[in-house]
Amino acid sequence: MRALINILLLSGLFIFCNKMSGQTTESPKKDSIESKSPNSKESKFAPGEFMLEHITDKHEWHIITFGKTQISIPLPIILYSKISGWNLFFSSKFKHGTKAYNNFEIASEGSNKGKIVEKFGENEILPLDLSFTKVAFSLFLGSILIVIIFISVAKKYENNPNKPPKGLQSALEPMILFVRDDIAKPSIGDKGYEKFMPYLLTLFFFVWFNNMLGLIPIFPGGANVTGNIAVTMVLAIFTFIITTISANKHYWQEIYNAPGVPWWLKFPVPLLPLIELMGVFLKPLVLTIRLFANMTAGHLVGLAFISLIFIFSSMNPYLGYGVSIFSAIFSVFMLLLEFLVALIQAYVFTLLSAIYFGLAIAEPHGAERHH
Amino acid sequence: MLTILMILLDATAGVAKLGAGLGAGLAAIGAGIGIGLIGGNFMEAIARQPEAVGDLRSNMIIAAALIEGAAFFAMIVCLLILFL
Repeated sequence: MRALINILLLSGLFIFCNKMSGQTTESPKKDSIESKSPNSKESKFAPGEFMLEHITDKHEWHIITFGKTQISIPLPIILYSKISGWNLFFSSKFKHGTKAYNNFEIASEGSNKGKIVEKFGENEILPLDLSFTKVAFSLFLGSILIVIIFISVAKKYENNPNKPPKGLQSALEPMILFVRDDIAKPSIGDKGYEKFMPYLLTLFFFVWFNNMLGLIPIFPGGANVTGNIAVTMVLAIFTFIITTISANKHYWQEIYNAPGVPWWLKFPVPLLPLIELMGVFLKPLVLTIRLFANMTAGHLVGLAFISLIFIFSSMNPYLGYGVSIFSAIFSVFMLLLEFLVALIQAYVFTLLSAIYFGLAIAEPHGAERHH
Repeated sequence: MLTILMILLDATAGVAKLGAGLGAGLAAIGAGIGIGLIGGNFMEAIARQPEAVGDLRSNMIIAAALIEGAAFFAMIVCLLILFL
């Protein structure tokens, strides 16, 4: 029950933060590697735009395009504009970004490119966009998957406490014990680690599952969830909040009034406390960027190999055939590497969070020793 | 000499992309050297004490991920130059 509430809270916060940065993640401000011909009906392959389309958040879930027809899953769009109030409709009304609906449309050029704008006369106004986008939908899918798997495993343990584990239990038990024995206990200590175990377990499996789901090229995977900076920022903010709440007096003392530091570094200009304060905020920021950059870079590399095929085949079809063999092999290799990176990034995020928790509740070493 | 400078100044948009490309390449070199050093020391340590492989391996992975984090900062800045 508590796990369910936790995951729902997490998802709610993600959607919120996604709106805040969904305004900025959807559009490239200028397409640098775009084809220059103005009448490109049968458009030349634009690798920059191709890559950005697969990384950023969208209002519909595009599955496949057969020539002219495009199959995609429409997602609800929730807008609040100061002029026309709340609007709720499906993204199929936009006909993949070509038509306007109720004065709303997806801007195709200008500074608001890719975002939903409201046309009021000649001006374009950005409404408050709280839509259920592709990343939010994938977040929920991932969370529902995690909830189903773990609640069913927990029930099996509750109902048969003395039976040996089998099936899904035996797959998950080593990972759960790994988080407890190799991440939580060494970093936090043998006494205080239990309070943080639910959060660490949720974090580890959430990041791992969403990383893996992002590697599946087709629905229901393939939305770049952990490569969205809003998502990773919210995870880092959670770590920061838990560290701050559970920190004891010794932790704050080490930061702002460290013993053994000469007095002229703290007064009149508190140089060392300022640097330490920057460090306090820098740690969650680094967590954010590490996970975001790793996942985005992984996707970009795979997409770059695929783009190579199209770039070469536009020069000469036979060159395209040759490159596609080489590209396919390298893409598979990068995909296998990305599986490893998915696990490693989940491990590093959880390990660093555990280390920060351990630092926060650490007792001063040796009450009788002062530096 | 001055005319060359004038010609170079005319190409400022291209120079920005050149900077981005160089930056990303240098970041990759930095990450490569860093992780290479760690890998090398890992091999030496295994040769000295093969039964400690498990501990050494997990610490190597952690250090490699942290170094890659630093290299990714540079990569993100270069991507921002290209696309913003």
